[in-house]
Amino acid sequence: MTAQAQPISHAHEGHHPDPREHLMLDPKPRGEMNAMVMEAMHATSWKFWVVAAFLGLVVLICLFGAWGYMIMEGLGVAGVNRPSYWGIFLVNTVFWIGISHAGTFVSALLRVFKAEFRRPFTRAAELMTTFGLVQAGMSIFMHMGRVWLSYWMFPFPNQRQLWTNFHSPLMWDFLAINTYLLASTMYLFLPLIPDLAMARDRSTGWRKALYRILALGFRGTEGEWTHLRHALGIFAFAILPVMFSVHTIVSWDFAVAMRPGWNSTIFGPYFVIGALHSGIAAVAMVLIVVRATMKNMKYFIRPEHFDALGKLMLIVSMAWAYFFFNDYMVQWYGGDKWTDALLHFHEAGPLGWMWFGMLICNVAIPWLTLWNKKVRTTPGLLFTIGLLINVGMWFERYIIVPISLTINRMPFTWREYVPGIEVPLGIGTLAFFILLYMIASKLVPLVPVWEVQEGQMAHSLRKFGKETVVTVSDLE
Amino acid sequence: MAENTIKIPEFKAEWKEGEAGRWGMVIDTDLCTGCQACVAACAMENNIPFVGETDAAYGRSMHWLRVERFWEGEYPEVRTTDFQPVLCQQCGAAPCEPVCPVFASVHSQAEQINLQVYNRCVGTRYCANNCPYQVRVFNWRDWERPEPLNNQLNPDVTVRRRGIMEKCTFCIQRIHKAEDQAKAEGREVADGEVIPACAQVCPADAIVFGRLDDPESRVSQLAKSKRGVQLLEELGTQPRVTYLKGA
Repeated sequence: MTAQAQPISHAHEGHHPDPREHLMLDPKPRGEMNAMVMEAMHATSWKFWVVAAFLGLVVLICLFGAWGYMIMEGLGVAGVNRPSYWGIFLVNTVFWIGISHAGTFVSALLRVFKAEFRRPFTRAAELMTTFGLVQAGMSIFMHMGRVWLSYWMFPFPNQRQLWTNFHSPLMWDFLAINTYLLASTMYLFLPLIPDLAMARDRSTGWRKALYRILALGFRGTEGEWTHLRHALGIFAFAILPVMFSVHTIVSWDFAVAMRPGWNSTIFGPYFVIGALHSGIAAVAMVLIVVRATMKNMKYFIRPEHFDALGKLMLIVSMAWAYFFFNDYMVQWYGGDKWTDALLHFHEAGPLGWMWFGMLICNVAIPWLTLWNKKVRTTPGLLFTIGLLINVGMWFERYIIVPISLTINRMPFTWREYVPGIEVPLGIGTLAFFILLYMIASKLVPLVPVWEVQEGQMAHSLRKFGKETVVTVSDLE
Repeated sequence: MAENTIKIPEFKAEWKEGEAGRWGMVIDTDLCTGCQACVAACAMENNIPFVGETDAAYGRSMHWLRVERFWEGEYPEVRTTDFQPVLCQQCGAAPCEPVCPVFASVHSQAEQINLQVYNRCVGTRYCANNCPYQVRVFNWRDWERPEPLNNQLNPDVTVRRRGIMEKCTFCIQRIHKAEDQAKAEGREVADGEVIPACAQVCPADAIVFGRLDDPESRVSQLAKSKRGVQLLEELGTQPRVTYLKGA
């Protein structure tokens, strides 16, 4: 009898899911929510300081110490050689730009498509963009032979009438990364203004002084909100092509070069999708850590968000597999003898395990696990899968840069690459990323409160007969 | 030189389609004995540092000119091929030039050869990756020049520091010297007047250098030989070095 009483659409589910599982349908009063975010920012346990001090030490030694030593000694202390003129520095550059991609993707694309689940974690993702780009920039500067002259890449008027070469992909890269860094910082700052104003009104001392300057006098009048929404609408659309162009241009560094394995026309979209693959996994990892370590975050970040991110990871993994196969297929079918030698070297060379590891981490593991909702909503499992995807994507870049450089058209020069000081420097950039993120989590509200509140206002539950229905009104 | 039909945009180099180039070289691999005298002479002439065993074994030797040798087949049925001295091919359409972000790798309009501006190089090493011949070398460190090696530095050639790229210049200091001499005497540079260090010391006379735009010069005549091949000709880089191989 009870089975008959159930609506047909829900017949396959054993029970009615509680609509209040969703953040948007589980509203809290504004004052309480603001207080929760402020508490998450203020409540700092001794563990935070221990971890921060440790990371600071790692940054000091592995990043700035090792870098200074390398500047003094020359790049000989790194593992780069002929023919692998580019090594882990460039691997890390591409990797960090990839990480920085997902921030904008998650935030801007989901905003444009009005995907409601984005609301509580857009800021966490945007912070990743900015800090990831910092690491990418540092990695690319490390790799330069004479980093103290890197300002020569700026096209500035000078007495000697020297100009930069706009035909060089590295110049495009330099301009694209700078554009992206500026644009993503502005895009991070705009939706931060109302939250900074909220923090200003609820803090004292140096924090109040800081937030007063950063909030730009935002009071929350109707006119200010209209302007902010307008600006965000423009920015969210404008930053998407910038995001796609940046990683495409990074891929052109390789694709336009006369080298077997690099000279591939599909590298642009292949790199963009690869960036999203590692980046979305990294967003999920950061959210899991934030949720586990910061106060009140279990309210804002919920299994529904991990569920949505897990689905995105699975789809992107499929897209990556498609582009990988396409790239491989065309290169293999081409039958160029150098490309053949290179493909053989990828799979059966001394680092063949890396090639197979890449495929296992990037394709096999997501495909075999992420279809399952239980896996997607279990933070520990999702974290592990995200970590493996990032390892796999790092392998992919390692295969493209130093391993592919090992094989060229002059067999006399073939020689393997063994990393040197790149290893501590890479660890240093990772530590610096985490440290910057930790500091930021104590300085800015990590959850965009106003966006969550706006979403909760728009959502409501209505009764149609016996059925409870979610309705969303369009605020804008 | 073989006629080339590949169209290359002008910005890649000052090179125009069908132009022979000014200076060129012919290397007869049938004459080469692999004695490495050219490698040593080049290092002396161009202030090339000695990197030591460890770095050299790891692919960081700085030689602008290397003598390649290959084995074919499996032991004991091994056939060694000719020695192949490889130096910068001074491409007419050089792949290293467009990729440099600061114009450190440039084409000289006067000499029609590819030059590296040491002072301008910031060390991105993109040029070396894009060089299909792998003839560009990077200063990985400031290597020491212990006594008395510091006294043999050639004053006509810049001493390079760490972090920059360098490569064969066709001994441009010798070209300039000969051109200045000829100009002072109001004549053209005669064939055989400019001899780079590698050609000068070659005991087998396997390396010949001269004007390619003079059809009567020895190098032009040899380059037209039926035995002439160019390295990786299919890439359309328009190399100015021709190898003579097989009778």
